[in-house]
Amino acid sequence: MAGVLGTSIKRREDPALITGRGKYTDDLLVEGMAHAAIVRSPYAHARIRGIDTSAAKTYPGVVAVLTARDVAAAGIPGMVPVGWLLPDLKTPAHPMIAADTVRHVGDAVAVVVAEDRYVARDAAERVAVDYEPLDAVADVVAALEDGAPTVHDDAPGNVAFDWEIGEKDPVDAAFAQAAHTVELDLRNNRLIPHAIEPRAALASYDSSTGVMTIHMTSQNPHVHRLLMTLASLGMPEHKVRIVAPEVGGGFGSKIHHYADEAIVGLCSLKLDRPVKWTATRTETNLTDAHGRDHSTHCAMAFDGDGRITGLRVDTKAAMGAYLSTFAPAVPTYLYGTLMSGQYDIPAIHCHVTGVFTHTAPVDAYRGAGRPEATFVVERLMHLAGEATGLGPIEVRKRNFVPADAFPYQTQVALAYDSGNYGPAMDRALEMIGYDDLCREQASRRGNGNGRRQMGIGFSSYIEACGLAPSAVVGSLGAQAGQWESADVRVHPTGSVTVYTGSSSHGQGHETTFSQIVADRLGVAPEAVEVIHGDTDLVQFGMGTYGSRSAAVGGSAIAGSVDKIIEKGKKIAAHLLEAAAEDLEYEDGSFRVAGSPDRALGLGDVALQAYLAHNYPDDLEPGLSATTFYDPANFTYPFGTHVCVVEVDTETGSIELLRYTAVDDVGNVINPMIVDGQLHGGLAQGIGQALWENAVYDDSGQLVSGSLMDYALPKIHNLIQFELDRTTTPCPHNPLGVKGVGEAGAIASPPAVVNAVVDALKPFGVTHIDMPLTPEKVWRAVNAD
Amino acid sequence: MYPAQFDYRRAGSVDEALGLLQEHEDAKLMAGGHSLIPMMKLRLAQPPVVIDIGRLDELKGISEAGGGVRVGALTTHADIAASDILAASCPVLAEAAGHIGDAQVRNRGTIGGNIAHADPGSDLPPVLVLLGASVHLQSPSGARSVAAADFFQDLLMTDVGEDEILTHVDVPAQSAGAGAAYLKFEHPASGYAVVGAAASVTVQHGRCTAAGLVIGGVGAVPTAVDVSSLVGADLSDDAIATAASGLDTEDPLGDIFASGDYRVHVGKVYGKRALAAARDRA
Ligand SMILES: Cc1cc2nc3c(=O)[nH]c(=O)nc-3n(C[C@H](O)[C@H](O)[C@H](O)COP(=O)(O)OP(=O)(O)OC[C@H]3O[C@@H](n4cnc5c(N)ncnc54)[C@H](O)[C@@H]3O)c2cc1C
Repeated sequence: MAGVLGTSIKRREDPALITGRGKYTDDLLVEGMAHAAIVRSPYAHARIRGIDTSAAKTYPGVVAVLTARDVAAAGIPGMVPVGWLLPDLKTPAHPMIAADTVRHVGDAVAVVVAEDRYVARDAAERVAVDYEPLDAVADVVAALEDGAPTVHDDAPGNVAFDWEIGEKDPVDAAFAQAAHTVELDLRNNRLIPHAIEPRAALASYDSSTGVMTIHMTSQNPHVHRLLMTLASLGMPEHKVRIVAPEVGGGFGSKIHHYADEAIVGLCSLKLDRPVKWTATRTETNLTDAHGRDHSTHCAMAFDGDGRITGLRVDTKAAMGAYLSTFAPAVPTYLYGTLMSGQYDIPAIHCHVTGVFTHTAPVDAYRGAGRPEATFVVERLMHLAGEATGLGPIEVRKRNFVPADAFPYQTQVALAYDSGNYGPAMDRALEMIGYDDLCREQASRRGNGNGRRQMGIGFSSYIEACGLAPSAVVGSLGAQAGQWESADVRVHPTGSVTVYTGSSSHGQGHETTFSQIVADRLGVAPEAVEVIHGDTDLVQFGMGTYGSRSAAVGGSAIAGSVDKIIEKGKKIAAHLLEAAAEDLEYEDGSFRVAGSPDRALGLGDVALQAYLAHNYPDDLEPGLSATTFYDPANFTYPFGTHVCVVEVDTETGSIELLRYTAVDDVGNVINPMIVDGQLHGGLAQGIGQALWENAVYDDSGQLVSGSLMDYALPKIHNLIQFELDRTTTPCPHNPLGVKGVGEAGAIASPPAVVNAVVDALKPFGVTHIDMPLTPEKVWRAVNAD
Repeated sequence: MYPAQFDYRRAGSVDEALGLLQEHEDAKLMAGGHSLIPMMKLRLAQPPVVIDIGRLDELKGISEAGGGVRVGALTTHADIAASDILAASCPVLAEAAGHIGDAQVRNRGTIGGNIAHADPGSDLPPVLVLLGASVHLQSPSGARSVAAADFFQDLLMTDVGEDEILTHVDVPAQSAGAGAAYLKFEHPASGYAVVGAAASVTVQHGRCTAAGLVIGGVGAVPTAVDVSSLVGADLSDDAIATAASGLDTEDPLGDIFASGDYRVHVGKVYGKRALAAARDRA
């Protein structure tokens, strides 16, 4: 249907979700279902001397209490796996239930199954674990110091990996000859994902068939099934079915294979009855993989014209107590490879140390590596604007990869396929009214450095998303491919069902994927059903993360639709007694070129495809097609964001005044959904910059474990974002789309911090670590 | 987020509630439940019996009484914020109630529960201390009243006895020429006050005749600041700033968001700003 692509049709998912009719895992009720509560370590590091389950077992309503012994007795592998390997990566064992040592607050030590969840909780408090507390280290820098407590004996010095990209010597040479240099020590604060739906699983083992069905909060059901088969439950894939019902957000936290879902599976297997577990918010905060947590030293060198000659980055990245599913990839291949930003940088070297700490694991969280890289590059560019005297705009423009230089090979592996960075920045400047802002700022500064200072911050970001060419990620250590699948079936009457391996958890796949089909196949979007999130219904697929659904999942759908049209042409040609080459497909009909009255609708052709009465000899019946689309490259969205803040220098409070974002995400399928993704990403990125912080104390207790202490952005903290787009289509996928899911979270933290630092320039402030709490700002203003 | 087992009783009258309190050791009264239930879900409170007093109409409502305003213990924050009576005679209490939490919290939470719970970040305690309100308590042996300034004893500790119910709060009407203001420095996570500054200034014939400043959030209980230097003064910004800088708390509260030092600093700044706002309204 013409005009359906690129229009803001409403999300078909919403009526049910908004009116409470969506079925999430915790909404599912199954006959005979019992409830699990997981007993978790209150210590960051302790030896387990013994566990006495007797009081819990005899508590009325308790069905069973299982510990590590039961994992062993069940004869399953019982391990939580890591799915991305780096050279010399230390991969200490991560038992799904701790046997002798716990390594973070929240580590699972036992599980209680009871007739209801209240009883399960009550009984969990009666499991007596005899702990011998040990010294713990929660801080990524402290963990590398001599004499720091060791998280794993098989990872001496708490080093999980030592990784580098780029070449060091040319960078050293660039610094030796530099006209200007800037440098920065920074912390990228640890974040807790906070999907609105906590993780949950309902495992139903059917002993009559030997099939285990797990309904769970998953961004990638097939990946979960694969990892469970290989590492935790050890059941063969054809005997495991993973279903992701409605999933209430993930931001990466529901990619990973956690101990919990496997524990619930074990319970069901052992008890031969369905068992459900839903994390409390506290549990979620203690056990969901966190994001970020870097300590970084970085520096940039410039020649006399303000052109970048070198970039040096050294990062200590927390891994937490165990390696989560994609953890090793995040601060390496999703971070070091982004260090060129939008700039032509001739020499880059990035060194990263992965560090075990006695904390929750750290893994992919919205942006995953790219926000951290963007923060490094864009903070340095802000400082460079000052150091070179060029200011924030000229220093960026002077170093942009020129529009005629694409494809552009960076010094850190990635080859940018397309880009045009200047217009996005110009548009942002125009929207924000930059010259007026500068005048206003000057008048406030002139006014004896009045109490309310104003600052303007920029972030010109690039990201690599649409994960990703399988061969490339395979060569970098991924233990999975990164293609996506789509099975598109045209029914005999011409309506369509799409089976996609991309599993929605709030993004709106059902709407946008139906738009893709509607546009290409010339049917109404309402005639397209989109099925996802069930390993029994859908062919193998990789899931939703890394802003890949449209670029990879959508391209797979487009591929299948194209195959269907090709086949349809053959059928139509037979029926119309024309040559297939002479047929055109437009607006849902097959037409003989030049004879408009010789045409057949999709429904007519589909019906014949299934009747196969009057049919080409060399063609199989049916009208469906499957595509496994493996992209040729990442996609590279980019843009410029501008943030304007007011800082009350008396208290350090920050008020957002304006936020303008001009993004280039390629062709747009549904502008409303794209804007919504940006709004959400911006809220999270601004949240990281101003409020969010996962804080562990020295003993490894999470002191910001509840929403009373962990400050998520609230609607009244934010402002109306001003958005616009430039459009540079992706040259290598059939839709020309890139990705938008993470852009807001990637771009915004440095824009906000740059704005605050700019506001405080009269006070000599050059950096404040995130989150920029009023107290930190006040102390920076008042520092000598 | 699952509370431990407990029994639920609903009281039909104040007397019945008092009887139930006598009958069940360690029972807890529940008004709006917006402090009690979160504590129970976190298992920080595990009362064996919860006595619901939420439907006792006799403890609800705002009325004029004895030259002041009587606010029933079960009056919600929303009703206080929207009260015409308070708008006319004691607008600062309504102003503070309007700053509490969000709409749901204001629709459920009550003044009695708020001050009986006595969170140091609560918005109402400093205002009630500033206004010289009296808190009325009832037990099987009779009724008594206590000045707000004496009611708050320590973190989450008040003068409410185990056998007592808080029935109402009496607030003196604002005198002619008085202006008052409540300014809140909100915690970005909890929404409670990191610092809440309640100030009043009375101006008669162009002269300041009375001034008060009470700061919440900095200490375990509301901290009164001696601003008597303003009486008879010109109420210039400088004079106000000097007066507010008298905030003195020996052992200020601190957390990962705001240290004790910083809270005291903000207390002074917000004290100054609240006094200036009160002056402008006087
Ligand atoms: C999300 C959220 C945000 C909030 N934000 C704020 C805020 O910004 N500022 C603020 O000030 N408060 C805030 N609150 C607290 C809110 O004001 C509560 O409503 C209030 O603290 C308690 O009132 P309640 O009626 O809910 O009391 P309950 O929770 O029912 O009771 C609290 C305590 O008081 C006792 N109690 C209650 N009534 C009586 C009585 N009549 N006599 C004797 N004892 C009694 C109970 O036994 C219990 O110990 C917030 C609460 C929530 C949940």
